[in-house]
Amino acid sequence: MHEMSLCEGILQVLEAESKTQSFKRVKTVTLEIGELSSIEVEAMIFSYDVVTRNTLADGSKLCIVNTTGTAWCMKCSKEVNIKKRFDECPDCGSYQLQVTGGEEMKIKELEVE
Amino acid sequence: MCTVCGCGDGETRIEGEADQQHSHEHPHTHDHDHEHTHEHETSSSHDHHYGHGPAHAHAPGMSQTRMVQIEQDILGKNNEYAQKNRQLFASKGMLTLNLVSSPGSGKTTLLTETLTALKDELPMAVIEGDQETSNDAERIRETGVPAIQINTGKGCHLDAHQVGHAIQHLSPEDTTTLFIENVGNLVCPAAFDLGEAHKVAILSVTEGEDKPIKYPDMFHAADLLLLNKIDLLPYLDFDMDKCIEYARRVNPGIQVLKVSSKSGEGMDDWYQWIRLSRQSKMIGFNPQTQSEENVKTA
Repeated sequence: MHEMSLCEGILQVLEAESKTQSFKRVKTVTLEIGELSSIEVEAMIFSYDVVTRNTLADGSKLCIVNTTGTAWCMKCSKEVNIKKRFDECPDCGSYQLQVTGGEEMKIKELEVE
Repeated sequence: MCTVCGCGDGETRIEGEADQQHSHEHPHTHDHDHEHTHEHETSSSHDHHYGHGPAHAHAPGMSQTRMVQIEQDILGKNNEYAQKNRQLFASKGMLTLNLVSSPGSGKTTLLTETLTALKDELPMAVIEGDQETSNDAERIRETGVPAIQINTGKGCHLDAHQVGHAIQHLSPEDTTTLFIENVGNLVCPAAFDLGEAHKVAILSVTEGEDKPIKYPDMFHAADLLLLNKIDLLPYLDFDMDKCIEYARRVNPGIQVLKVSSKSGEGMDDWYQWIRLSRQSKMIGFNPQTQSEENVKTA
């Protein structure tokens, strides 16, 4: 449900950027979303269309770049890939993992005119 | 829309504020420096200039669309407010705890017990978040501790901006311990930093031991887990060890305390945790030097 407020956050960023970077319309928004972030991509796309209606981003495309979840395994002393927060280390099965990547929720770039 | 913080006509209501009205002081000036150049009123001009678009592309045939790299955090706005809240808490030597749980975990009862036990010892204040009603804030006020209710309307979580406004209303004294009782929801509040020192997750033993892996984001974000209602354990099949193991899977560093706000069991440990966390926030805090610094920066 909070995807809606996140989309409103994106729209605020777009409106602010449109002033500083002087553009009138947004055609594409590229987001970087980590696998471990608390964003449900389907819900995000749905909310985005609703939130951007009749704004400078009306009809714009939302591109989502996924980044993989990574964590540092304390037992193996190396970085491993994980899909979920409570995944065990794929090599040694330990849960002593420190998440190092894949929590991103970023607006990466915009195509504007 | 408020132009200072961008707060719009939402559904959020903060007690003591008229509905939908934000009375902000606006100590800033608005500069309106518009430069109006490039007035092309007719097409009679034979000046084929390709540089009038926002891209200012002067090469013929180049598209006026362009890519802008912004690399901004989607929660950037919330995080800015959270940062402001955090600075305010630091300048006042305050400890702020964000209490998160599912509805019905016994948050409010735990809080009223805590306030009753500690009110003669430390200054405290409460921000209550609920979708509707101010029942919880009233329950808190009965303990004699100041409380303010935020109704989020259609929102499923508190954000740093709402909390910032609520703090203005509360105007807590220095070294206050502020409890923020978030909306009962184990999903969304995990993502929204309010500027707190710690998120404290409350899980009651009536809920099921696999909650930490069902809602991993929240237990990952919390520093302390309170396992509440342990007085009911004899009547339940709740596997305490399993629950703690699950919690440590998503967050190896999480601290766990077993409590019952009804029987009082384990509550002393929780109070001691509050005292120690508060003291760590007060290290280096000196009201005298703080006010001098405020004068300097003002």
